[in-house]
Amino acid sequence: MKNKVIYLAILAAGFASCEPEFENELSNGNYSAGDADFSSYVAIGNSLTSGYMDGTVSRVGQSYSFPNILAQQFALVGGGEFTQPSYAEDTNNLGGISGIPGFPTRLVIDASAGGPEPIAGMSTVTLTPQASAFNNMGVPGAKTFHLLAAGYGNPAGLAQNPPMANPYYVRMATSTTSTVLGDAMMKNPTFFTNWIGNNDVLGYATSGGTGSTAGLGGADITPAPVFDQSYNMIINTLTSGGAKGVVATIPNVTAIPFFTTVPYNPLTASAIGGGNEANGTALINQLNASLIGPVKQVLTAFGQGDRLQLLSTTEANPLLIKDETLTNMQPQLTGALTAAGVPAQQAALIGMIFGQARHATSQDLVLLTTRSVIGTAPSSPLAIDPLNKYGVTYPLDDQHVLIASEVADVTAATTTFNNIIRTAAQAKGLGVVDMNAIMNQLVSGLRVEDGSIYTANYFSTATLSTVMFSLDGIHPNARGYALIANEVIKVINSHYNAKLPFVSAGSYPGATVLPSN
Amino acid sequence: MMALATSAFAGGYRVSLQGQQQLGMGHTGVAVTNSAEVLFFNPAGAVFLKDRFNISVGANALFARTKFQNETYNWKDSTENTGTPFSLYASYKAMDWLALGLAVYSPYGSAVEWDQDWAGSHLVNNIDLKAIYIQPIASIRLTDKFSIGGGPIFVTGGVEFNRNLTRSLTDEEGNRSDVTLDAKNVTAWGWSAGFMFNPVDNIRLGLNYRSEITMEARDGDATFNDLPAFAQGIYTNTTFNADLPLPAEITAGISWQINDKWLVAFDYNRAFWNVYESLTVDFANPGIATSVNPRNYKDASTFRFGTQFKPNDKLILRAGIYHDESPVRKGYFAPETPRNDSMGYTGGLTYMINANFGIDVSFLYLHFDQVDASYDHYNEDGNPNVSFGGTYKNVVFSPGVGLNYRF
Repeated sequence: MKNKVIYLAILAAGFASCEPEFENELSNGNYSAGDADFSSYVAIGNSLTSGYMDGTVSRVGQSYSFPNILAQQFALVGGGEFTQPSYAEDTNNLGGISGIPGFPTRLVIDASAGGPEPIAGMSTVTLTPQASAFNNMGVPGAKTFHLLAAGYGNPAGLAQNPPMANPYYVRMATSTTSTVLGDAMMKNPTFFTNWIGNNDVLGYATSGGTGSTAGLGGADITPAPVFDQSYNMIINTLTSGGAKGVVATIPNVTAIPFFTTVPYNPLTASAIGGGNEANGTALINQLNASLIGPVKQVLTAFGQGDRLQLLSTTEANPLLIKDETLTNMQPQLTGALTAAGVPAQQAALIGMIFGQARHATSQDLVLLTTRSVIGTAPSSPLAIDPLNKYGVTYPLDDQHVLIASEVADVTAATTTFNNIIRTAAQAKGLGVVDMNAIMNQLVSGLRVEDGSIYTANYFSTATLSTVMFSLDGIHPNARGYALIANEVIKVINSHYNAKLPFVSAGSYPGATVLPSN
Repeated sequence: MMALATSAFAGGYRVSLQGQQQLGMGHTGVAVTNSAEVLFFNPAGAVFLKDRFNISVGANALFARTKFQNETYNWKDSTENTGTPFSLYASYKAMDWLALGLAVYSPYGSAVEWDQDWAGSHLVNNIDLKAIYIQPIASIRLTDKFSIGGGPIFVTGGVEFNRNLTRSLTDEEGNRSDVTLDAKNVTAWGWSAGFMFNPVDNIRLGLNYRSEITMEARDGDATFNDLPAFAQGIYTNTTFNADLPLPAEITAGISWQINDKWLVAFDYNRAFWNVYESLTVDFANPGIATSVNPRNYKDASTFRFGTQFKPNDKLILRAGIYHDESPVRKGYFAPETPRNDSMGYTGGLTYMINANFGIDVSFLYLHFDQVDASYDHYNEDGNPNVSFGGTYKNVVFSPGVGLNYRF
C-alpha cells in the first residue's frame, strides 16, 4: 500500500511538471528603458532616418527604417506610438515620386540584364500634403541647415531654380512655412535620434566634387560655421524639453560602396575589346602607338609624363579621367603634335581632350553610377572616333570621379563635422553612435553577435544573404538598417543604462531580384 | 537535414520505450528475463524465459515539449509533439536449448515541430521521423549458465523535414522560401547479438551489441516552396540522397534477484555516436549546392538502474532511474534535436489477471535541466560560423500500457 502511495505521488509529480518552465521566463520585464523615456520618440535626420533604400522611399522599404525598427524595441519598455509619413498610396511598392523629374522607382536587380535598374512601372507616390508631424522626421536629401529652413515644405519652392523645397518634406510639412525641426518638436519628444549631416558632405561627393567646398548648394560642402550653428541649434531645440537622445556621426565616403565598388583600373584587354580579349589587345597596341604613346611623349617633354601610362595587354589598366586641378597642357600638346606631323585638326582635338587628362590612381574614387558610363560615347562634340570612349580614349568628367584632392576635402569636412557633432552631444550628455567608426569597421568586416560578418561591399549574388547596402550603394538595405538599429541600441543600453534586445539583422531582407524587369 | 531525423535515433533525442515492464525499471534489461521484452534488450535471454511461449505487446503515448527563449533578441518559441511508439515481442522455445523469436518495435517515432518561420527556421521548421525495426531472433543455451542470442535487424523508415532556405529569402509576397525533404521507405539492415551468463542462481550478467546501421535515403523528394521568381530556375524540385548513420551500441548489465520479492538491475549503455560527423544532403539537381551540416557528435553513455517488487502473485511494482548523456557537443546544439543530458524517472506495474495473462502499465518522466546552447555552424554566404541559440528547456513524459501472455 505504501508503495502505491509513492507510485501515485511520483505519477502526479510527473504530470504536474509536464510543462517545461524556465527559471526566468522571458518577458518584457527582462528589459528596461533605464534612464531613458521612450514614450515619445522622434527621429530627426535625412534619408538614412527615413528608411530610404535602393534610391528611394517605398512603402515596404520605409517599414524597415532604423527608427521604426528601434521603436518596436522601445515598445517593450514603454515606448509609445511611432508614426511615419504615409506611403499607403505606394500600393505596388515601387517608390519614386510621380509628377516631378529625378525621382525614379526603386532599384532592383534584373537577373536577365545583370545590373540594378529602376523597377518597371509608374510611381504612385504623390506630393499630396499630409500636413502632419510624424515621429519619423527623416527627410531624404536634407542637410543640417535645411531642418531649420522655413518653407522647406512649401510646394511652390519645388518649381524654383534651384529648388527651395524638398518634395519629401512637402508631403509631410504641417504648413508652407513650417520647419522640419519645428514639426518634430510638435511631438514633444522625450527621446530622439539625430542623424543629420551626411548630405552636408555627401552632396559634394556624389556629384564627383563638382560643387564648392564651402557653399549651400546641393553639390556643395556646407561651410563649417553654418554646420556648427545649425547643428547646435537643432540639438538645443531637441533637448529644450528635457529630452534625452543619441546622435550619430557621418561616415567617410571611403567606407561607402558608392565610392568603393568601381575600381580605378577596370580596363583589362577583354574589357577594352568589349569582351573580346584579342580585339582588346589589338586596340591597346594601336592606342599606345597612335595616341597614348605620342601624348605621353609630349607630356614627358614638359615634365608631366606621369599623367599617363602606356596601356598593358596583360594587366588591368586605369581609367582616363579629367583632373581639373592639373595645368592645362592643351597648347603644348597641340603644338608639339602638330610639329610632329599630326594633322592640325586632330592635334587640336587631342590638345583639348587631353589637356587636363590623366590616368586614375587608387587614390581616386570612381562613382558607382560611372560604371555604366565607362566605354560609352560622351555627348561632347569633341568626342570623335576613336576619341569617343569614356574612360579609355576620352577622360571621364569631373562629375564621374571623386579625385584624390576632392576626397581629401570631403574627409577633412567629415572630420570637422563629426567633431562638431561630438562636442554638441557631449555638452548635452547625449549618446553618440559613431557611424563613422562602424562603417570603417565594415570595410574590413564587422562581426556581430551571432557570428555573421557584414561588410561595406556592394551587392553580389554571392552575398545575397549578407549584403547590407542597398542597390544605390549609399543607403543600407533593410538588413543594414537592422544592423544600424543594433548599434543605436548598444549606445542606448550603455549610455542610458537601458536593456533593450537586439534585432537579428540576418533575418531582414536584402535586394529585390527579379528574373526580368 | 535528414540528420535531424537521425539524431532522433539516439542519445540526446532517443526516448527509450521498448517494453512496458522494462521501462518501469529504468529501461534496464540486458540481464533481466522478465518477459518477451528481452528480445529487444538481449536476445540471449530468451532461452532462459520459463514459459514455452511468451508474447508482449505495448504502446506509449509520448509527449515531448521544448521551450526556447533568447534574451539577446527577445525570441520565444515552443514545440509540443506527441508520438506513439509501440512494440511487439514473441518468443517460442522450440527446444530446451533453443528459443526463436520475433521483435517489432519503433524506437524512433518522434517529431519536432516549431512554429513555421520561427527564429531558427533556417535550421529546422519541423521534422517527423518514423522507423520500425523488425528482428527475427535465435537464442541458444550453451550451458545451464550461459547463452547467446541475436538476429538480423531490418529497418524500414522515413523522414520528412522542412526548413527555410536562408534566414531572409522570401517570395514576392514576403513568404519565406523553404524546402521539404521527404524520404519514404528507406530500408537498411543491421544485427544485434548478445550473451547472458548466470554465475550463480540469483545473478545474471548480460552483454548486448547492436550494430551500426546506415540509413541510406536515395532519391528522396526535395520540394521547394514560396520561392521568388528569380530563384525558381535554380531551386527546381528534385531528388536528394543522404546517409544517416545509426551508431553501434553496446550494453552491459547485471541483475540480482535478492529474494522472491525483490529484483534489482543495472545497465550501462554506450552509443558510438562519433560516426555522425555531418548531415550531408546531396541534391540530384547539379545547380543546387550540396548541403553540409556539421554534427560532430561524440560517443555517449547511459546509466540505468531499476528494481521490481512482487508483493504477491497478482502484482509486480517497478521503479527505475537513469542518466542519459547527450551526444551533442558544445556549439552543435541544433533545434531539430534540442536535447541535452537528462534524468529519466520511471515506474510501472504488472497486474496478472490470471496465471498466463497480465496487463503492464508504465510511465516515464524525463527531466532536463534548462540549457544555454547554440548551433554555431550554419553557413551563410560562405561564412560557416553563423550561430543560433538560446536557452532550451525540455520535458518528456510518456505513459504506456501493454499486455503480456505466456504459456
